[in-house]
Order: sequence, then C-alpha cells, then structure tokens
Amino acid sequence: MAQSTSVSALIKEKRQKSKRQKLENLVPAFLFAAASVSVLTTVGILLTLIVETAMFFSEVSFREFFTSTEMQPLNRNNPTFSILPLLSATLLSTVIAMFVAIPIGLTTAVYLSEYATESARRVLKPIVEVLAGIPTIVYGFFAFTFVTPVLREIIPILDRTNILSPGIVMGIMIIPMVASLSEDALSSVPNSMREGAMAFGATKFEATVRVVIPAAISGIIASFVLGISRAIGETMIVTIASGSNKNLTFDITQSMQTMTAYIVEVTSGDAGAGTTAYYSLYAVAITLFFFTLAMNMLAKYISKRFREAY
Amino acid sequence: MSQVSVKQNAKVELQPQGEKAEAKKEIVYSTEKVNLWYGKTHALHDIELDQREQEVTAIIGPSGCGKSTYIKTLNRMVEMNPDVKVTGKIYYRGQNIYDRRFPVEELRTRVGMVFQKPNPFPKSVFDNVAYGPKIHGIRDKKLLEQIVEESLKGAAIWDEVKDRLQENAFGLSGGQQQRLCIARCLAVEPDVILMDEPTSALDPKSTLKVEELVQELKAKYSIMIVTHNMQQAARISDRTAFFLNGEVVEFDKTDTIFSNPNDSRTEDYITGRFG
Repeated sequence: MAQSTSVSALIKEKRQKSKRQKLENLVPAFLFAAASVSVLTTVGILLTLIVETAMFFSEVSFREFFTSTEMQPLNRNNPTFSILPLLSATLLSTVIAMFVAIPIGLTTAVYLSEYATESARRVLKPIVEVLAGIPTIVYGFFAFTFVTPVLREIIPILDRTNILSPGIVMGIMIIPMVASLSEDALSSVPNSMREGAMAFGATKFEATVRVVIPAAISGIIASFVLGISRAIGETMIVTIASGSNKNLTFDITQSMQTMTAYIVEVTSGDAGAGTTAYYSLYAVAITLFFFTLAMNMLAKYISKRFREAY
Repeated sequence: MSQVSVKQNAKVELQPQGEKAEAKKEIVYSTEKVNLWYGKTHALHDIELDQREQEVTAIIGPSGCGKSTYIKTLNRMVEMNPDVKVTGKIYYRGQNIYDRRFPVEELRTRVGMVFQKPNPFPKSVFDNVAYGPKIHGIRDKKLLEQIVEESLKGAAIWDEVKDRLQENAFGLSGGQQQRLCIARCLAVEPDVILMDEPTSALDPKSTLKVEELVQELKAKYSIMIVTHNMQQAARISDRTAFFLNGEVVEFDKTDTIFSNPNDSRTEDYITGRFG
C-alpha cells in the first residue's frame, strides 16, 4: 500500500515536471497546421485560377467562350476561343467510359460480394485492385497501340486518333474504383436482409436485386459519380490516344480534344505567357474544376441523402 | 373492405373446424432422424418431431442446444451457412423437403419465418409488407393495398402504422418492427410460421403483444416458436420440445412437459437448475 502511494506521488511529480504537458498542448497546433496545408493549397489554386481567368475574360467575352463553336487559340490572324469542342470531347469520353465501367464494375461487385466463395474473393479482389495501380500513361499507350488498331479492324472508318478508344480504356481503368466501392457498399448490408428476403422464397438473385442492391444504392451511386469525376479529370489516356483536333462533334470515330488534353497541349506548346491562349488555360481549368467539384459534391449528397440506416 | 372480409371467411371455411378436427389435426411437418453437421461439429442428433396444423409448438433449451438450427432446417435456411450437411428426412405436407428436386423457393413462400432480431428492409412500411406479394408477381396496386392492410391488421399493428405507411420502417420501435416482420410474413398467406426467438430483443410490453398475436394467429396458421423463455413456452404453446446438446430430450403436450416431465433433465431445466 505504502509503495503504491509513493509510486503515484512519483508519477504526479514527474507529470508536473516533465515536458509531456507542454508537448500535449503543442499537438493540436501541429495537427492543425498539417490539416491547413491542403485547405490552403485548395484556396491558393482557386485564387490563382480566378485571377487568371478574369484576365482571360477581359479579352474574350463569356458569350464567345461558352457559345461559339470554333477553338483556334494559336491562329495568328484570328484566334478564336470556345470551350464547347473541349466540353463535348470530355463529355463523350466520360459517357463511353461509364458505359464500360458501370456495368462491368457493378456486376463484378455483385459477384464478389454476393456469389463468390471466400477463397475466390480472396484471390479476385486484389487482382481487380491491381488495375487501379497501373499508371495512366500505360493505359494511354495501351489505348493507342493496342485498342485503336483492334477497333480499326472492326470499324474501318475509325481515325488513328479518336475518342472511342481512350473512352473504353478509361472505362477499364475506372472498373476497379466502381467495383471496389460498390462491393464495400454491398458487403456492408447486413446478412439479416438477405435472410429476410430469402426466407420469403426469393431466389438469391431476386434478393440481391430487390433488397441488397437497393439497400446499398447510396454507396453504389456514389461510386458511379466518383468514377465520372475521375473520367472527367483523366488526362494522359486522352492526350495520347485522342489527338488534338478541337472538333465540336458527337462522332466518336473522330479525333477530339478534351479539356485536360487541351491544357497539356497549350502548356507544353508555344503559347507565350501573357497571351490570350495562355490565359485560356485558366478558363478551361476552372471549368474543369467546377465540373469535378460538382461531381464530388453530388457524390457526397447522394450518399448522405439515400443513406439507409440499418 | 367488404371484399376483404369475404375473402377471409372463404379461407376460414376451407380449414377444418370444430371438435372433430381437434381430435385429429393433420401433421404439417414431420422430422425423421435428422442429423446435421456444421463442418465437423455434429449439431443435431437424430431429431424426431411433428408439427400439427393450427398448433403452436415451442422449442426450448439452453443456448447452443441446436434449437435455432433445427427450426432453420424446416425452411432450409440453414443452407445459407457454408459447410452444412444434413441427413434424414423432413416431410412438409407429405413431401420430403430435402429431396434434391424439391422447389425450395416454393417451400419458403408457404413457410414464413420471423427472426430473432427484427429485420425489416430499408424501405417504407408499405413496401416491406408488399415485398413478398411483389416478388411473386402481384402488381395490381389495389390488391397490394388490400393485402398490406389485411396483413398489418393480422399482425395487430395496423392502428399504429396506418398513418405512416410511407415512412421508413427503421423509424418504428423494435416491437413494432417485429410485428411488421410478422405482417410481412402474413402477406404471402403462409401455411406455417417459424419464429426464431422472436421476442428476445423486445421489451416486456412488446413481448406480451407478440405473444397475444401468436395466440390469435394459431387459428389460421401452424406455428413453431423457438424461445429461451420457459414461461413464454408455457403460456403460448400446445406442445413443447426440450432440446439439449442437439438432441430432443422430450417432446409432449406443453402441460405434461411443465407439470409432469418424463425425463429428469427436462425437470432440471424447467425448474431452473441449469440453462
């Protein structure tokens, strides 16, 4: 007894004397500073974008940028600026990508979560996730040197650079994201739901479609939206495989340039600092930023709005 | 509404009535020498049990004695566990349900199940009840509304939820959720209702309501109920089976089991000497 009192007294003394308390007080400040880095970066980027975009719109009207159809930034005599060709390319490639990623990603998720045996899941899930680890430059190369030639065998009118091939490859790249996030959503549906459904004579498939998927729908849709956001922001694949024609079209066999690929072209090209072409980068970038921001917020809203508490 | 009552009467008339039927109630389920293994664990040993029409059979016994496992063999839900092996025969209305060609989905529409923890779907009250009829192809909205109302009334919860049919079922209290699950069962007009400790997650008041409900449902359905509560078995059942270590120690009329048990182990259990 006597000893334990003396130990606790010793601890008390040590505590008061030691630097532990001081350190403890410093920890929140340190953590806050770390957290501020990303916040400040975002604010900084946004500010730069806004300032430079303002410069751009002092030279080119809103109307021209958002409603005209010609994009010729480097034309010496008569440069024209329109986001529509870039927007159409971005939207087309995203739609193509989601046509690939959603069906395959979701069926993969359903298989992994509902049908695969434990041992199959242990092998398959990591393999699917490896797809996510492949650098996008490799995907771009794959689209240009493999997918496009194969597609041209089937569709002879396909251009050597086109939006279809990178769209498909982008879809393949997004599959693991959709599959993995949807699988998480499906597996977190409690087993009692499946039991409840099957105890009524539902087959496994009916239980999956009518009870498990609806119960997980918020997570599933959020995975789609994040996939879309990823497709919109994807750069390397489209830069390599879709060429640089600023084409306002919905013909997927043609070469088109997405917003991201435009930024790559102009930053690595001849547009001198201070020229209108240079400032157009920021206008395109801020449009891109708002698109992905909107998508991410939509994903958040959906997963909150449709959250099923079980 | 008048349509509903006509329909109910018609159904009641089909059932055998009066004392004559009392004497020889038909056997709905009979279990013959059922053995079950989870992997290498031998969980059920030579189970023999009968369930009669319009009766309540209670299954009692200490935790881990196989009573829940047994009730899940009756609608083959036990097969949802990987690595389960069942031998022996279980006849439902004369057909061996472990026959390879037996249509298990059809069996489960005839045999409803209420689980230990209320498990409504994350849908509205209405959709929870309409779920069963819908998967079996009923699309007519009027008819679905009628079925939902009838089933909720059957489960003695209509008055509490009639103004909240479109609300999410998770907003209901635990006891209401469990009665909703019973209503969900009734919506497919089952023949038998299996209940796996339906009141173990409920407060005493809700428990009482479910018990009263079981008494009412007995007029139309055959009910098998697993319970760890011996008073509950004594209050609501006609027959009681006492399970111990995966065996049926005794199966008899509830009065006999509780007043004059044959086996000393039964007596020890019901008098609270173990379990």
